[in-house]
Amino acid sequence: MSSVHVDNLKKYYGAVHALDGLQLEVAPGTIFGFLGPNGAGKTTTLRILTGLARPTSGTAQVAGVDVLKDGNQLSRHIGHLPEEPAFYTWMTPREFLDYLGRLYGLSSKARLSRTRELLALVHLEEVSKRRIAGFSRGMRQRLGVAAALIHHPEVLFLDEPASALDPAGRKEVLDLIENLRGQCTVVMSTHILADVERVCDVVGIIAKGRMLVQSRREQLLEQYAIPAFEVEGDDQAALSLWAQELRRLPWVISVVPRNDAFRITVRDVQSAKRTLLGMAVNSGLMLNRYEEVRPSLEDVFLQLVGAEDVS
Amino acid sequence: MNFITVFRKEMQEQWRTYRFLIVAAVFAAFGLASPLLAKFTPEMLKVIPGLPPGLLDSIPAPTVADAISQYVKNMSQFGILLALLVTMGVVVQEKERGTAAFFLTRPVSRETFLLAKYAALIVTFICGLGLAAIGCWYYTLVLFEPLAWGPFLVLNGLMLVVFLVYMALALLASTIARSNGVAVGLAFVALILIGGIGSIPTIGDYFPGRLFSWGTTNMLGGTGTAWPAFGISLGIIAIALLAACIIFRRQEV
Repeated sequence: MSSVHVDNLKKYYGAVHALDGLQLEVAPGTIFGFLGPNGAGKTTTLRILTGLARPTSGTAQVAGVDVLKDGNQLSRHIGHLPEEPAFYTWMTPREFLDYLGRLYGLSSKARLSRTRELLALVHLEEVSKRRIAGFSRGMRQRLGVAAALIHHPEVLFLDEPASALDPAGRKEVLDLIENLRGQCTVVMSTHILADVERVCDVVGIIAKGRMLVQSRREQLLEQYAIPAFEVEGDDQAALSLWAQELRRLPWVISVVPRNDAFRITVRDVQSAKRTLLGMAVNSGLMLNRYEEVRPSLEDVFLQLVGAEDVS
Repeated sequence: MNFITVFRKEMQEQWRTYRFLIVAAVFAAFGLASPLLAKFTPEMLKVIPGLPPGLLDSIPAPTVADAISQYVKNMSQFGILLALLVTMGVVVQEKERGTAAFFLTRPVSRETFLLAKYAALIVTFICGLGLAAIGCWYYTLVLFEPLAWGPFLVLNGLMLVVFLVYMALALLASTIARSNGVAVGLAFVALILIGGIGSIPTIGDYFPGRLFSWGTTNMLGGTGTAWPAFGISLGIIAIALLAACIIFRRQEV
């Protein structure tokens, strides 16, 4: 059974179609990166999946619970970190986590140990008796993660968990998410591609309320691989001459200078692999670098979202 | 579900954010001030220069009835204002800050979220009004004569019902509104409507404001009741809370 199953989800705000027939399937134990430009429908999806908003039509189940029917049951299976987690700032982190533990019906002993464990996990032990009002954005985000984990949820929803943080804060939060691998299913929405590349196993790209593609990260990169090679050398004149020679070959599509290197896009990768390096050696080129170009998630994202924008 | 836990948190919040203390202090101040004002107003008038001769002689000596009237007047103005001011932000501010969204993904029903707030406010107002009553009773005893406990308790109970009406309406306004400004506007519309209609003769007999005069009359040994106004007040409270719960259940936060 999927941890998250969404079928033909639509959410209209008047004429605005925030979600327009979204399909989504997340397998248990996955760290799912929900990727899309601003306004693509990521937050709306998470709000529906956490029971905070109702869809115009369509169905959604999380951990086997229909999100439209049983909000109370749903809340026991999920953890949620909104983009800007809000707290009762007059509380201390210890009191806050204890309060949440009470809401989930944890015993006094269980609350005490879980609170300690989580404060250690998010590195807030030293400030556990300070009021949340004085916390930085990063500290609040980490406390938000701890709050979302208090009851060992099956599915954890994180809305842009690291987008507004400085590099150190981002690293801390991403490390935390990475450490959750195998403990629960994580659905993380973001528009930061590097975050997804770093922690997610499966990627779903959403634009204009529709899922454009959903696949394992490696498969996606393979599927959208660019048939290209890059060659870099010190002697730019020799490289330019060689580039002219390459352009005459039938399996070469283009040879384009890129900084100190040349990018050779080909029709037939196998022919290129067999021939290219030998040709360079025969031409007497002194190469600093020769590599098959691997697409980044950014390339795939721009390719897909760009195509969607054109259509 | 989880009502006690949320209620405890609400009470803690009232205390830590000084809301409880402010309500208690304001009520205590007006409770104490009422018999003092009644007693010393003629004395204060004496020191005002240029008063027409004979005016002071025409003012009768203050009695316990003046102390009670002053108390009811203070409570009917400042008590109601305090009930509105303290209540109208409680839900909308949580929606604006995002704490409502954060907590409604927990095992907290929306009804619990609202009603725990209302219950905590009731406790705060009972304590505040209690302090006011003790202050008023004590100073009336010192400056005039002892008040009859029974009718005085009834008077305060009836005043509490009126405050609960305005608190329920302010909670409804706070639930409906998307911003604090709108909540303030709606709460004051309710105040003007109920106050305005309540001041129309005969119709006013059925409105919450009538409970003040019932309590006062009872206190001063008069006769007459205002059970319809009492019933309608309870009805307004029930309807406002029910409407708030239904609206909040359907609302996206």
